[in-house]
Amino acid sequence: MLKVLLAGQGGQGVLSAGRFLAECGLHEGKEVSYLPAYGPEMRGGTANCSVIVSEKPIASPLCTVPDVLIALNAPSFHKFAPRVAKGGLILVNGSLSDCYVERDDVRVYDILANDLAMEAGDIRSANMVMAGALCELTKVVKERSFINCLNEKFIGKAHVCEVNKRAFAAGIAAVKEQKN
Amino acid sequence: MSKILLHGTEAICEGALRNGCRAFFGYPITPQNEVPEYMSVKMPQLGGVFVQAESEVAAINMVYGAAGAGVRAMTSSSSPGVSLKQEGISYVACARIPCVIVNVMRAGPGLGGIQPAQGDYFQATKGGGHGDYHLIVLAPSSVQEACDFTYQAFDLSDKYRVPAMILADGMIGQLMEPVELPPVRSLADIPKKEWATDGRFGEKRRVLNSLLIEPDVLEPHVNALAATYEEIKKNEARCERYKTEDAEIVLTAYGTVARICKSAADHLREQGIKAGCIRPITVFPFPEREYAAVAAQPQVKALLDVELSLGQMVEDVRLSVAGKKPVFFYGRTGGNVPSEEEIVEQAKKALASAKEGV
Amino acid sequence: MKVFEKTKMLTDAHMHYCPGCTHGIVHRILAESIEELGLEEKCIGIAPVGCAVFAYNYFNCDMQEAAHGRAPAVATGIKRCLPDRTVFVYQGDGDLASIGMAETVHAAARGEKFTVIFINNSIYGMTGGQMAPTTLVGQKATTCQSGRDPAVNGYPIRICELLATLDAPYYIERVSTQDVKHVLAAKKAIKKALKFQSEGRGYTFIEVLVSCPTNWHMQPVEALRFMAEECTKTFPLGVFRDKSQEEGNAHA
Repeated sequence: MLKVLLAGQGGQGVLSAGRFLAECGLHEGKEVSYLPAYGPEMRGGTANCSVIVSEKPIASPLCTVPDVLIALNAPSFHKFAPRVAKGGLILVNGSLSDCYVERDDVRVYDILANDLAMEAGDIRSANMVMAGALCELTKVVKERSFINCLNEKFIGKAHVCEVNKRAFAAGIAAVKEQKN
Repeated sequence: MSKILLHGTEAICEGALRNGCRAFFGYPITPQNEVPEYMSVKMPQLGGVFVQAESEVAAINMVYGAAGAGVRAMTSSSSPGVSLKQEGISYVACARIPCVIVNVMRAGPGLGGIQPAQGDYFQATKGGGHGDYHLIVLAPSSVQEACDFTYQAFDLSDKYRVPAMILADGMIGQLMEPVELPPVRSLADIPKKEWATDGRFGEKRRVLNSLLIEPDVLEPHVNALAATYEEIKKNEARCERYKTEDAEIVLTAYGTVARICKSAADHLREQGIKAGCIRPITVFPFPEREYAAVAAQPQVKALLDVELSLGQMVEDVRLSVAGKKPVFFYGRTGGNVPSEEEIVEQAKKALASAKEGV
Repeated sequence: MKVFEKTKMLTDAHMHYCPGCTHGIVHRILAESIEELGLEEKCIGIAPVGCAVFAYNYFNCDMQEAAHGRAPAVATGIKRCLPDRTVFVYQGDGDLASIGMAETVHAAARGEKFTVIFINNSIYGMTGGQMAPTTLVGQKATTCQSGRDPAVNGYPIRICELLATLDAPYYIERVSTQDVKHVLAAKKAIKKALKFQSEGRGYTFIEVLVSCPTNWHMQPVEALRFMAEECTKTFPLGVFRDKSQEEGNAHA
């Protein structure tokens, strides 16, 4: 079972990335849950969602102590980093945040998600950069499933699909570099 | 059949539509807006009726009309909106018009907040509006159950001519999980309602009414309702048990909180404390016998009731347990949801107090 | 020789209305209209809360008894699900113009294709003569015992005029039961409304002025005179909307 907390600012694609992850898990025949946290505002504000991918039925859908935190901006990083499970993983968007955390029992990956997304063709694909990094580090779902989901989601929007695939690949490459 | 990923709100709609619901009346309120939105698209496709009413009051009365005319009808709202519907709910209950009401509970009282809560338990299970009546109340704890229970609610409501309620917390509404959708039921398959005021004149005319002005007419009517509730209590009480066979501490909750309790029970077992869970699936009728049976198990030291309220279901738990074992309570309000860790701590405390008490 | 036969759209139940009240007349002309138009086979009525609360005992068709003010919402639910049925709503002034104002205005604004019969006697009858939203300025009621004072109680609401500001209603008319001539005109209006409904044309609304000798503290004849002379000043009779005329094809 892997509990992932995705957080950022409204509009950064936090919720859609989480939903994607859940879809991929479902495609692989796993148990999944996706729980968005919502506020009163329709635009902006903070956004986060909890995604659990598991081999066994999921009891609580909450990620109060996530195994992985994906933080797309600095406030989310600082807010949620202390909650990550011991030995857990933090992926932080280095384009918009520092990556200093006052604990040494977690692994922190600094990923320049916005920069890599712009290189891929659209800053809005920063969420996919993070998703790529997550897949590479945790193997929570297969790379192949993610690509399939992207193809399905952006059917008839070849350009958008390609941008997202490039961003996803950039995320994979970014963590491979850091691992070495 | 393969599973698809659905929101709780969408699952509620699919459960309704697949069991012949062909009329929906609603009014916007967070966090259930996805229900009327989904219905506004789907109903016309199925030849059904969707009306965005001018208020929750109007919406439940539209349900009164439509369901009274023999159509499977539903309305949905969230706590403050359900308070507004109570007048109409009392009327449909008295006139014995089957229908389904969905409450995706948010935090209260007053306008409260928009985060998940369970503060409407009393209102849902003890009547809610004026007069002596009950609803059949189902409390889903997963998106699959949100779909299945809504589907079942229509059959239960028709069977007993008692309105049914889906009592969901805000988390169910927002949660996305894989769902296996039930097959679509043909309208021809749904039993005909001879009492419905559908204007087929020529047979005996029918009247749907909640005014029984003679005490000696009203009393038998209310007694007949009471007899129906007794029958429902006998036949329809449902609950789920999780690892209670050897449990020392039994956690109890309904809705999504019950799932957090399950996780907490697993954590407790990892720490060497034998914990289990029991959750009502129907909160009216409350599964009294099952609670009594669990409490009667000799190894059970205590129960801990967890709610997103100041303690409402705990009263039914205590009535069912009837002093056999101590029942402790832990509640969060305002839209806050307790974590597994919090519940683990509370369970340890409860167990310690129970042991001290011996 | 047969002089008069009771319409089969009314049951044989004994009506509970006070002597001199014109509710019974409106029941009869409504029931006759339904029968004469051949709509009795597919008719559903909605009874209100107020003096006409027992209307479900009197109209010989399927009936639903609605909560106070909610009849237009109930009718919306029925008519939307069963569009080929004839659905009528029978409401008094407290029910329709006070507690049920939202339901009234919104059903009209949506153009719900049923017929509303609005009984305006400018008083709360059943509860014992309290002030209604249609109580005339200066008219006495148990909750304004020296007469309605606009400074305290505001002014009466003219529902026909108010609904006529909306785009959707098809037919709106105010009629009276002050004498035989007016009763016949009232029946003509009700029949017209039901006919428009049966043709699926739209929302139809007939306001009927009736007298309440009991709560007006008048003799029946005096009450009819009061209706003719005083009520019609505040509530002038007439057609406020008739789309069949606007369309240039009269259906009277």
